Amino acid sequence: MLKKIEAIIKPFKLDDVKEALNEIGIQGMTVSEVKGYGRQKGHKEVYRGAEYVVDFIPKIKLEIVVDAGRVEQVVTKIRESAYTGKIGDGKIFVLAVEQAVRVRTGETGIDAV
Amino acid sequence: MKRFRLVTLTMLLALPLSPAWAADGLNSGDTAWMIVSTALVMMMTPAGLALFYGGMSRYKNLLNTLAMTFVAYCLTSVIWVLWGYSLAFGPDVGGIIGGLNFFFLSGITPASLEGTIPTNVFALFQMTFACITVALVLGSIVDRMKFSSWIVFTVLWVTFIYTPVAHWVWGKGWMATMGALDFAGGTVVHINAGVAGLVLCRVLGKRVGYGKEAMFPSSIALTALGAALLWFGWFGFNAGSALAADGLAGSAFLVTNTSAAAAALAWMFTEWIVTKKPTVLGIASGVVAGLVAITPAAGFVGVGASIVIGLAAGCLGFFSVSRLKHKLGYDDSLDAFGVHGMCGTLGALATGIFADPAVNANGTGLLFGNPGQLWIQLVSILATAAFSAIGTLVLVYVTQALTGGLRVGEENEIMGLDGTVHGERAFDLE
Repeated sequence: MLKKIEAIIKPFKLDDVKEALNEIGIQGMTVSEVKGYGRQKGHKEVYRGAEYVVDFIPKIKLEIVVDAGRVEQVVTKIRESAYTGKIGDGKIFVLAVEQAVRVRTGETGIDAV
Repeated sequence: MKRFRLVTLTMLLALPLSPAWAADGLNSGDTAWMIVSTALVMMMTPAGLALFYGGMSRYKNLLNTLAMTFVAYCLTSVIWVLWGYSLAFGPDVGGIIGGLNFFFLSGITPASLEGTIPTNVFALFQMTFACITVALVLGSIVDRMKFSSWIVFTVLWVTFIYTPVAHWVWGKGWMATMGALDFAGGTVVHINAGVAGLVLCRVLGKRVGYGKEAMFPSSIALTALGAALLWFGWFGFNAGSALAADGLAGSAFLVTNTSAAAAALAWMFTEWIVTKKPTVLGIASGVVAGLVAITPAAGFVGVGASIVIGLAAGCLGFFSVSRLKHKLGYDDSLDAFGVHGMCGTLGALATGIFADPAVNANGTGLLFGNPGQLWIQLVSILATAAFSAIGTLVLVYVTQALTGGLRVGEENEIMGLDGTVHGERAFDLE
C-alpha cells in the first residue's frame, strides 16, 4: 500500500527537512514553489505611501510517496524539522496512492518508489 | 630669420580678430560645451528617466513605461523644430507667448547665433528640456493609460502648456520681466510637470487594486542605474543652463552635485530612522529630489546653500512620498508630484532665500538683503501651478474626447500593458 505525503512548509526550512529525510533513508521527493495562507493571512502593510494587504505567502510544497508502514515516521520527521513555533509553519497531508510506475524499468508498486 | 619673425608677429596680431577670440560672435568653447550639455540632457530622457521610471513600474508594465518615455522624447523632438521652439523663444507677444516666426526653424541657418553659440544648438538644448518635462508627467499615471491617449496628450501638452511657461521664464516673457529667478527649470520643468501629473492621475483614477494589492517595483537595480544616469545628465541640465563654458557653469556644476549627494543621504537616514531599513529606492529617490530642488537655484547659490537645499529636499521628498500621498489618497504612481512638484517648489523658494549676488550678479535673495525676491518666487510658483493645473485639466478632457477614453480596459490593466499593448515581455528569463 502506497501513501503520498504532501507537506507545505516555510521556504527556508527546506534544507532542514531534506537533510532529516535523507537521514531516515528517503531517497526522493518533488518540490514546488507555491503560495498560500492559513491563519497567517490578512495583515496590512504600506509601501511608498500605498497600502496593501498581504494575503498569499510563499511556501514550499514537498511531495513524497512511501510505503504505508513508513508514513508515521516520515510525518514526524517532517514536522520536527519544519517546526519554528511561529504561525505559518505549514501543514502535512497524507493521501492514498493507486499505483506507482518507474519510467525506466516499468517496475510497479513499492519497487517503483 | 627676420622674415619668419615678421610673419609670426603679423599672425599673432591677427589672432584677436579670429572668431575664437571675438567678443560678440561664435565662441567655440561655449559651443563645444553646449553641444555636450545638450547630449547630456538628451540622455536623461530615453536612458535616465526611462530606466528610473521603468524599474519602479511593476514587471508587467515595465516596457510600457519605457515606451511612453521614449515616444515622448521623439514626439517632442519633432514638435519642437516645427512650432515648439518658435512658441517658446520666438519674438515676444504680450509677455505670454512667442510668435510663429521660427516655424520649422525658418530663418535660422547654421551661421545664426544665439549669444555665443549657434541658434541650432541653443534650440536643441532647449528642446531636451521640453522632452524631459513632458516625460516626467507620465510618472503619475503608469500602468493604466492608453498609449494612443499618451501620444495625443504629449503633443497637446508640449504645445499649450510647456511652451508658454518656458516663454514666461526664459523667452523674455512676463516672469522674466518680473524678475523671477529660475536657472534651469524649477518652475518650467518640475513644478509644471509635477502639477500636471497630479491632475492627470486624479482624472485617470487609481490603479485597479490600489490600496489593497501589493505593487512592487520590478527592478530597483534599473531604477538605481537610471538615477545615476539622471545625475550625470543633470550636469548638462544645470551647468549647461549657463549657456557658456565659464565660471558660472562651473559653480552650477558644483552645487548640483553637492545638493544631490546631500539629499540622497538625508532621504536615506530619514528612512532608516523611520522604517529601520535604508532602501536603495530611497537613496535613488533622494538623489533625484536633490537634483530637482537645486535646479532653479543652480546658477544663483553657493555651496553652503546647496547642502541645506539638498538636506531639506531629501527629507521633504521622503515625507511627501510616504505620508502625504498616503494621507491624501491619490495614486501618483511614481511620485512625479511628490518628488518633482514638491521639491521643485522647495527649490524655487530656496532660490529666493539663498540667491547670492557674489555667485551671480543677476540674483539677490532674502539672506543678502532682498526679501522681495521671495515674494516674486512665490508668485511664479503659484502662477505656474495654476496654469499647469487648469491647462492640463482642459487638455486631459480634449485628449479623452479625441481618443475615446484615457484608460485601458480593466482586464488589460490586470494582465499588464506590456503584453496587451505592445505584445512584448521586458525580460525573457528561462
